[in-house]
Amino acid sequence: MTVPGMNLHGIWAIYRFEMARSLRTLWQSLIGPVLTTSLYFIVFGGAIGSRMQNVDGVSYGSFIVPGLIMLSLLTQSVGNASIGIYFPKFTGTIFELLSAPISTIELVIGYVGAAATKSVVIGAIILATSAFFVPVVVEHPLAMIAFLLLTSVAFSLFGFILGIWANSFEQLNFVPLLLITPLTFLGGSFYSIDMLPQPWRTVSLFNPVVYLVSGFRWSFFGRGDVDIALSLGVTLGFLVACLAVIAWIFKSGWRLKS
Amino acid sequence: MTEPILTLSGVSKTYKGGFTALHGVDLSINKGEIFALLGPNGAGKTTLISIVCGIVTPSTGTIRVGGHDALADYKAARSLIGLVPQELSVDMFETVLATVTFSRRLFGRSGHNAYIEQVLRDLSLWDKRDNKIMELSGGMKRRVLIAKALAHEPEILFLDEPTAGVDVALRRDMWKLVHSLRERGTTIILTTHYIEEAEEMADRVGVINKGRLLLVDDKTALMQKLGKRELDLTLVDALDAVPAGFEQWQLSLENDGRTLRYVFDATQEDTGIPSLLRALGDRHIAFKDLETSKSSLEDIFVDLVEERA
Repeated sequence: MTVPGMNLHGIWAIYRFEMARSLRTLWQSLIGPVLTTSLYFIVFGGAIGSRMQNVDGVSYGSFIVPGLIMLSLLTQSVGNASIGIYFPKFTGTIFELLSAPISTIELVIGYVGAAATKSVVIGAIILATSAFFVPVVVEHPLAMIAFLLLTSVAFSLFGFILGIWANSFEQLNFVPLLLITPLTFLGGSFYSIDMLPQPWRTVSLFNPVVYLVSGFRWSFFGRGDVDIALSLGVTLGFLVACLAVIAWIFKSGWRLKS
Repeated sequence: MTEPILTLSGVSKTYKGGFTALHGVDLSINKGEIFALLGPNGAGKTTLISIVCGIVTPSTGTIRVGGHDALADYKAARSLIGLVPQELSVDMFETVLATVTFSRRLFGRSGHNAYIEQVLRDLSLWDKRDNKIMELSGGMKRRVLIAKALAHEPEILFLDEPTAGVDVALRRDMWKLVHSLRERGTTIILTTHYIEEAEEMADRVGVINKGRLLLVDDKTALMQKLGKRELDLTLVDALDAVPAGFEQWQLSLENDGRTLRYVFDATQEDTGIPSLLRALGDRHIAFKDLETSKSSLEDIFVDLVEERA
């Protein structure tokens, strides 16, 4: 298939390269999320969850499924996309990407597409793993898939920016560790923000992850902490903002070209 | 007249810190030629290549590659160019075949197994195609970089210090490869500070220093124009000093006074040799052997760089 003006072979080359990189570490890529999810269910679902009352009419074990998926989705998307573009910078092979007849959008499709694919696969694995521990019902499957894809793409774009910004592996780990993980934990992954006292409930509304988790949870149970339209709007807004930053990076050559 | 495949007009580069790496370079490269860009370390050779390839953004000037503007029509321009960088920058975890196929696809070509096989065979890499790059020697890794640069069948190949740090055998192989590529019509631009490399391979030579292109000329013409010749006379009896009365010739004593060296301009109608020999005879200074040699490109290069420093 050819699209006039588009370097489809180039996009495919990057996508394949990135997917092959994950396949080389397939065992670590899969076993990590499965093990982590199982541990969460044993601790939160079994040990603690059995002593907790239902949340919004849903058992606590089932309630945390969307949050758990979102937690992995965010960290995996950021991690995969950031290392994908950082590694060529680190090894010096970035020269080949910069000298190739490939546009910004094509590069982004290749790298972000691969990172988002991996995240979606891991999200599906966590969902399947969850089903072994708690009953999982998805009320709006199409909305769930849409949120899964949108969140994976948006945070892969964010990870791509992070990978271009980072000048060291320490910086690469800094943002996920000190930003993504706290925001996800405080974003209602394991609780409804209605359970928080004021002013923390209001403060939580400034956390964009709240909207992602809420929207994703809505697709499972038909209920969320905030309105579904608002969740969708914030997710799309974050995606567009990341795209705008990437477009500027490639236009200006920031951290890529001298 | 051969048509240019690459033209640079007023290309300059000033980095953010204020350092100017290139000063308004004008250069035209003919289709099918081997052009050697000579210059000491930090002269601006790699900056020039990086600008043409799209890795560094020029501050001013225009670049046309095969008739395409390198900035406005970058896809068409870059698809004509292959670059072998100076550093061994290659993904160590990939296999040889995978990384070369990646390069071909990245430049918009479909996987063409027969062509890739031919490139790998030409570079003696076919037997190593399933090896990870980390398992290869330094010389083999450099061959992989060349294979990657050739993977998309470029019309212009940039070789940035292609034989820096490689052994003699690989250097000879590299020269052979460059000649065979030229026979196929590929334009080759190489940067080097190994003068023998330029002398061996290039049709034309450019000398760059401190970001300024000092000269561009046909290699043979350059050597004729700027080349000095030396006449060495092996004396029967050693001299302590150049005798008085020989000031009109540029003479020096070498080998503890046993060799009298005369440096002359071969392009002049009167080289001064007959009159020198007569004068020596008149002064009864006998010699038992004589030998002439021409100055190498290296001598010319050093003279130019020192003269215009």
